[in-house]
Amino acid sequence: MSSTTHTSTIGAIGAPSRRNTELALLVFAVAIPCFAYANVGLAMTGEMPTGMLGYGLGLGLLAAVGHLVVRKFAPYADPLLLPLATLLNGLGLVVIWRLDQSQRLQQRAENLFGSFSPDAPKQLMFSAVGIALFVAVLILLKDHRILQRYTYISMAVALVLLILPMFFPAVNGAKIWISLGPFSIQPGEFAKIIIAIFFSGYLMVKRDALALASRRFMGIYLPRGRDLGPIITIWAMSLLILVFETDLGTSLLFFGMFVVMLYVATERTSWIVFGLLMSAVGAVGVATFESHVQQRVDAWLHPFSDTVMQQSDQVAQSLMAFGSGGVLGTGLGQGNSDLIGFAANSDFILATFGEELGLAGMMAFLLIYGLIVERGVRTALAARDPFGKLLAVGLSGAFAIQVFVVCGGVMGLIPLTGMTLPFVAQGGSSVIANWALIAILIRISDTARRPAPAPAPNPDAEMTQVVRP
Amino acid sequence: MSELTLTVMRLGFLAVLWLFVIVAVQVIRSDLFGTRVTQRGSRRGGEARPQARQQAAPAPRQQSGGGGRQRRGAPSKLVVSEGTLTGTTVALQGQTISLGRAHDSTIVLDDDYASSRHARIYPDRDGQWIVEDLGSTNGTYLDRTRLTTPTPVPLGAPIRIGKTVIELRK
Repeated sequence: MSSTTHTSTIGAIGAPSRRNTELALLVFAVAIPCFAYANVGLAMTGEMPTGMLGYGLGLGLLAAVGHLVVRKFAPYADPLLLPLATLLNGLGLVVIWRLDQSQRLQQRAENLFGSFSPDAPKQLMFSAVGIALFVAVLILLKDHRILQRYTYISMAVALVLLILPMFFPAVNGAKIWISLGPFSIQPGEFAKIIIAIFFSGYLMVKRDALALASRRFMGIYLPRGRDLGPIITIWAMSLLILVFETDLGTSLLFFGMFVVMLYVATERTSWIVFGLLMSAVGAVGVATFESHVQQRVDAWLHPFSDTVMQQSDQVAQSLMAFGSGGVLGTGLGQGNSDLIGFAANSDFILATFGEELGLAGMMAFLLIYGLIVERGVRTALAARDPFGKLLAVGLSGAFAIQVFVVCGGVMGLIPLTGMTLPFVAQGGSSVIANWALIAILIRISDTARRPAPAPAPNPDAEMTQVVRP
Repeated sequence: MSELTLTVMRLGFLAVLWLFVIVAVQVIRSDLFGTRVTQRGSRRGGEARPQARQQAAPAPRQQSGGGGRQRRGAPSKLVVSEGTLTGTTVALQGQTISLGRAHDSTIVLDDDYASSRHARIYPDRDGQWIVEDLGSTNGTYLDRTRLTTPTPVPLGAPIRIGKTVIELRK
């Protein structure tokens, strides 16, 4: 009996769990997409959309399930991660639905495939699967340190996931898909999470050797030749991905993630310098002989040139969409981003946001991504175990790099890649994998923010109490 | 739909989106200032609390001594209650827990006074948890006595390794 009261006092000491804050934010995060949905409907057809109730209830239900599971299984988790992800997912659904309504895209699909099927219901289903995985991860993964046991297994699994697409036919020039019957999966999205587990398990053990054994030269620490082994291996791997799967995005993501984690693990700036040099050399090297990559670089440097426009005017249309949006945007449902045609609701979905919400909306949108990354890094700072720290940094770093690579590509900052915007772009693998990523971050932040148990009764204190009558 | 309504909705939506971002940042701000400073300094001030706990603590110990090693009295987790790792918990599931500075320890101690393989905690055949010093330089203490042989750990008794204190809890 007395021992139960003993444990309950420990719970009371701690900081507030912030679950009610999360609930309030979640209500807000469900309300905003509903507003957007009504806005699109009113702008495009002049009346409230008929699916409004079903969509709002669907998103609300998913958010409620997510919240209740967090409340039960991760009561001290960060209050922002779930609402931010829900908002992005909800806005993505609205914009996919908005592009489904576009006459131009419907016509295009009918010309190409003979029929048009809307993507928004599918995406809502994928979001439900994503939330189911989120729930499963939170319930089954009681402690993120369990993942540490699977360091080398996860390396093997990640390698298999990365290599598998090579044996499947290329889709639109990039081999990043595996197709199993009616389903096709983008294994890179899942490999991202699994390889973060491997990197953090590996670097946690090896970081002392990588950090301490170095010589100082010209103000930076130069690592010994043999300590360059891991970074060269990962570099070679990501180059192989670039050459054989012709996917710049995945390749950049994995190499960038490793460099970020290496830097965090060793606190040596020299790794970043090395990483940047190596990726520059690799990218330029591959771009000189790989024709698919060359095309992408051409489309990036000269998006409006005749040769590029003949192949595909996507980048040009996307840039025009951003431009016509201006500062305040054209308003939801009133842009012409559907001119992009192919992949308007997946790789290029950001252009629709850019045109219809303008610079002001775009900034808020990117800030929401920034906040997710910030909460991830914050979780890493608060985590007490080195594995959890590295895993949280790795996952949020991967998230950040992915957002950068996609947004940079669509905006013409870097060559376009085949990556998807997390939570927003149409595509099952991406939504499902990113919900799992958020679940792991929530698990780590729950462990990190759990209040410290009460200090042990100190034998010295007993002595003083005896002396004092 | 009139042009005016749509313009109002367009600007309204941007305002709501920004409002969400601002609210989120406010939550982060309250998160920064709203947490409590760790209770490490409260040793002197909070005398009433340890006293109360000492009255509560002996009871389960007697219970586990008299009532045998039933499931109910068995500890379910190991808690680090002092030192740099304060707050770390490890669930006890019948596995051996190794403590030390070595990277492959269950609990990696970041403590100047700890050896690389300092001690281990394991269940014996009856499910009683045993702590054993693995020949460490600075020793392992159960309560205030230095360990020389594998010793059963009562619930809530502090195991000291350098500046780190570890307890078994229910």
